[in-house]
Amino acid sequence: MFGKLTLSAIPFNVPIVMGAVAFMVLCVLAVLATVTYLGKWKYLWTEWLTSVDHKKIGIMYMILAFVMLLRGFADAIMMRTQQALSFGSNMGYLPPEHFDQVFSAHGTIMIFFMAMPFIIGLMNCILPLQIGARDVAFPLLNNFSFWLTAAGAVLVNVSLAIGNFSRAGWLAYPPLSELHFSPGVGVDYYIWALQISGIGTTLTGVNFIATILKMRAPGMNMTRMPVFVWASLCASVLIVVAFPILTVTLGLLTMDRYLGMHFFTNSHGGDPMMYVNLIWIWGHPEVYILILPLFGVFSEIVPTFSGKPLFGYTSMVYATMAIAVLSMLVWLHHFFTMGAGPAVNAFYGITTMIIAVPTGVKIFNWIFTMYRGRVRFDTPMLWTLGFLITFTIGGMSGVLLAEPPADFVLHNSLFLIAHFHNVIIGGVVFGVFAGVSYWFPKITGFRLHEGLGKLAFWFWFVGFYVAFMPLYALGLMGATRRMDHYNVAAWHPLFIIAAVGAGIIALGIGTQVLQLVVTFIQREKLRDTTGDPWNGRTLEWSLPSPAPAYNFARIPIVRERDAYWDMKKRGVDLKGSTFVPIHMPRNKATGFIMAGCMFVTGFALIWHIWWLVIAGFAATVATLIRHAFDDDRDYHIGADEVRKSEALYDRVKAGSV
Amino acid sequence: MLLAGCHGALLHPAGPIGMAERSIIYTATGLMLVVVAPVIVLVVLIAWRYRASNTKARYEPEWSHSTRIEVVMWTIPVIIVSILGVIAWRSSHQLDPFRRIPSPDRPIHVEAVALNWKWLFIYPDLHIASVNEVAMPVGVPVVFHITSATVMNSFFIPRLGSQIYAMANMQTADNLVASRTGTFRGISANFSGAGFSGMTFKAVSMTPADFKQWVAKVAASSQHLHAAQFVALDKPSENVPVTYYSHVMPNLFEQILAGKFRSGHLLARAAAPARGSK
Repeated sequence: MFGKLTLSAIPFNVPIVMGAVAFMVLCVLAVLATVTYLGKWKYLWTEWLTSVDHKKIGIMYMILAFVMLLRGFADAIMMRTQQALSFGSNMGYLPPEHFDQVFSAHGTIMIFFMAMPFIIGLMNCILPLQIGARDVAFPLLNNFSFWLTAAGAVLVNVSLAIGNFSRAGWLAYPPLSELHFSPGVGVDYYIWALQISGIGTTLTGVNFIATILKMRAPGMNMTRMPVFVWASLCASVLIVVAFPILTVTLGLLTMDRYLGMHFFTNSHGGDPMMYVNLIWIWGHPEVYILILPLFGVFSEIVPTFSGKPLFGYTSMVYATMAIAVLSMLVWLHHFFTMGAGPAVNAFYGITTMIIAVPTGVKIFNWIFTMYRGRVRFDTPMLWTLGFLITFTIGGMSGVLLAEPPADFVLHNSLFLIAHFHNVIIGGVVFGVFAGVSYWFPKITGFRLHEGLGKLAFWFWFVGFYVAFMPLYALGLMGATRRMDHYNVAAWHPLFIIAAVGAGIIALGIGTQVLQLVVTFIQREKLRDTTGDPWNGRTLEWSLPSPAPAYNFARIPIVRERDAYWDMKKRGVDLKGSTFVPIHMPRNKATGFIMAGCMFVTGFALIWHIWWLVIAGFAATVATLIRHAFDDDRDYHIGADEVRKSEALYDRVKAGSV
Repeated sequence: MLLAGCHGALLHPAGPIGMAERSIIYTATGLMLVVVAPVIVLVVLIAWRYRASNTKARYEPEWSHSTRIEVVMWTIPVIIVSILGVIAWRSSHQLDPFRRIPSPDRPIHVEAVALNWKWLFIYPDLHIASVNEVAMPVGVPVVFHITSATVMNSFFIPRLGSQIYAMANMQTADNLVASRTGTFRGISANFSGAGFSGMTFKAVSMTPADFKQWVAKVAASSQHLHAAQFVALDKPSENVPVTYYSHVMPNLFEQILAGKFRSGHLLARAAAPARGSK
C-alpha cells in the first residue's frame, strides 16, 4: 500500500534530526496559526499563491530563497563545528552517515533552492519593469515555475523527517549514487527534487527569453536594454541550453536505479565517467547562470550610486555574451584528474583562463564607472565594493586551478572549496544582497533599515574572510573536502578559525533577520513615497513604489539607454492625462495544483508507492486539460480605476497623503 | 606524530613532481597578482577619492566611454592569460601523470587498488602486497597503475604531487618519485562513502637498503592474497591497519580490472584500453 514507506522511515532515535524536524514543524505550524488567526487564508490564496503577477511571484521566490538560506546555513554550521571538533580521538558529534547527508544537502539547497530562487526572484521583480512591460510573456507559466521550485525545495526538506537525504555529494557521482552503493531513498529524494524544480527553471528560462525579446517598450532596442536585462537574457539562454542536459542525466541515473539499467554502473558496460561529463556540461553553465544576472545587478548599482552612466556599455555586453558562450566550453576543468591526455586538459584549462579576460574587463568597467563620479556608500554600494574585492581574489584562485598541474594537487581539496565559496559568496550572495537592498523599496514600498544593513554587510564581509581564508591554507596543507574526521594536528587550529568565521557570518544573517523585523516595524518612517529613492536611471524607478498591478499606466517610449535618466533630464510627463483600460491576466490555481500533484507524484516515486504515482500523474494531466477548457483567463482594469490609482500615487508623491 | 612533517604539504614537496607543481602555483599566482593587487587597491582608492562628500574631485556625469582605456583594459588580461595559457600547455605535457619520469634507475611498478575503504598495493615484480602502506626506495621513480574495485576514488600523496582518479574497469597511472626519505600521508581525494575519512595510507620513502629490508619483511608475512582472501578484503571495512601479504595470486590486478570479483559481474566488460600501460 505504501511502497517502501513505513513508520521506521522517521528517525525517532536520532535526537539531532528529530530536534531539527521538531523545529521545522513548529515553524510551519506557527505560520499556519498566524495566517488562521489573522483570517488571511482567502487573501493569501487569491492574492499570492495563485497570483500571476510577476512582482508577487518574485517576492515568493525570494521568501523561499531566504528560508532555504537559513536551512542551508544551518547545514554549514553543522559541518564547520563537526570539523572543528573531530580531530584525533574526538570523533565529533556527527557520524559519517549523518555528516555525508549534511554536506550533500548543503550544496544541493544552496545552489538549487537558495541561489537560483533568489536570482529568479530578482529577475521576476525587476526585469519586466526595466523593459517597460506589464508582465512576463507567460504569467501563469511563471506561477507554475515557482511552485515547481517550491515543490522541489519541500521534497528536500521532507527527506529530513521521512527517510534520509542523499549521501553522495551535491552532484551525486555514480557509481556511489547507484543502487548498489546507495540503496536507500536519499538519492531518490535528490533526483526527484531536482527533476521537479529543474522543469520549473527550464520554463523560467523560456519565459524570460520570450519576455526580453518580445515585450520591450517601444524604442528600447537591444542596445538600449539595461545591462541587467542583457545579463538575464544570457542567463536564460544558458538555462534553456543547460537544464535539459541535467534532466536527461538525472533521467538516465533514474533508469539505472528504478529499471535496472546500466548507464552509469560499474558493471554491464556502464560508464560512470559519462555521468561526470554530462553533469558538468550542465554544471559549468549553471555557475554562469548564477553569476551573470548578478554581474547585471552590479552594473545597475554602480552607475546609480556613482551618478554616471555605466562605463563601456558595449564592452560590458560583449563581455557578458562571451562569458555565456565560453561557459559551455570549459566543463572538463572539473575533472582534470580523470586522466585525459595533456592536450585535452590543456585545451580546457586555456578556455577556462580565457573567461578571465571578459570578467576582468567587467571589473575595469565598474571601476571606471566610479571614476570621476560621485560615489555614495549606501548598503547596495557596500555590497558591490565587497564583491569587487572578494570576487577578484576568487577569480585569481580560479585561474590558478585552471592550470592542470596545479589542479593535480589542489583538486577536491579545501583550496577548491575556498575558491568556489570565494566566487559564490563574494559574487552571487553579495550580489543578491546588493540587489535586494537596492530594489527593496521598489518591491515593497519601503527602504530597508540602513544601519542594520551596513552592520550585516560588515559581519558577512569579515566573516567570509575568517571562514574561508583558513580553507585555502588547509588545501595547501593537503586537506581534502568532505572529511568527517582527521588526524593531522596542524589542521586543527585552522578548522577552529573557520568555525569562528561561520559564527561571524551567522551574526550577519541574524542582523539581516533583525533588519527585516525593524524595517517592518518602522515601515511608515522608511516608506518610499518618491518611487525613486536612489536617483535611479532605469525605468523601474519611474514607477511608484511598490509598482501597481499593471506596472505602467502608459507604456513608456524609450529614446536612450538609461531611459528614465533621459526622461528626467528632458522633463517628460510619463503618464499624460488620458488613460485607457489595461488588459490583465487573471490569477489561476492551475500552477499551484499541478505543482502540488507533481510533488505528490515525486514523493510516491521516491517511496515506490506506485498507485499514488499513477494518481498524482493523472491528476497533473487532468488539471492541465481542465485548464485548457477554462476561457476566463483575463480581465480589464478600467480607465477610471487606473486614473484613480495614478492620482493617488501623485498625491503620495506630493506628500499630501 | 610521524606525519608531523607535512605542514603545508603542497608547499614543502618531497619530490620533483610536487616541486614543479608548486612552482606553477607560485608563478601563476605571482603573474596574476601583478594585475589583481593593483585592481583591489584601485577599487578602494577610486571609491574613496570620488566619494560623494569629496566635492573637490572632478565630476563628469556624462563620461562613459574612452577607447584608450577600453583598449588597455582588454589588453592587460589578454597578455596575462596568454602567458598563463602557454604555461598550461607546456606544463600539462611535462607533468602528465602518465608520463614516465626519466631516470637511470629502472622504475618500480606498483598496482594500487581502491577498495571500500582502504588501499591495496601490489608489487607485481616482487609478488608481494600490502594494505594502506606503500614503500619506495628514495630517488627511484615509481609507476603506480591504478584502478578501483568500488566507487571512484582519487589516489593522492600530497607531498609527492599529482593525484589521479581510481575508477573501476579503468586503469590510470601516476608517475611519482621521492627525492628524500620520509613517511608521507596518502589519501583518497574523492569522496567514496562512509569510511572515506579513514581511507588514508602511509607512503614511505626509504634508502635502498631499508627498502630491501621492507620487502623482506613483507615477504616474511604469513598472510597470502589469493582469490578467497581478496574477496574477504574487498568487503567494506574502515580504518584498516597496515597488512602485508607474502604471496599474491598472479594477475590479481588484471582480474580486478576486468571486474572478476564484482558481485553481478557476469557481463563485466573487459578493461578499457589504458594509456601508459606497463
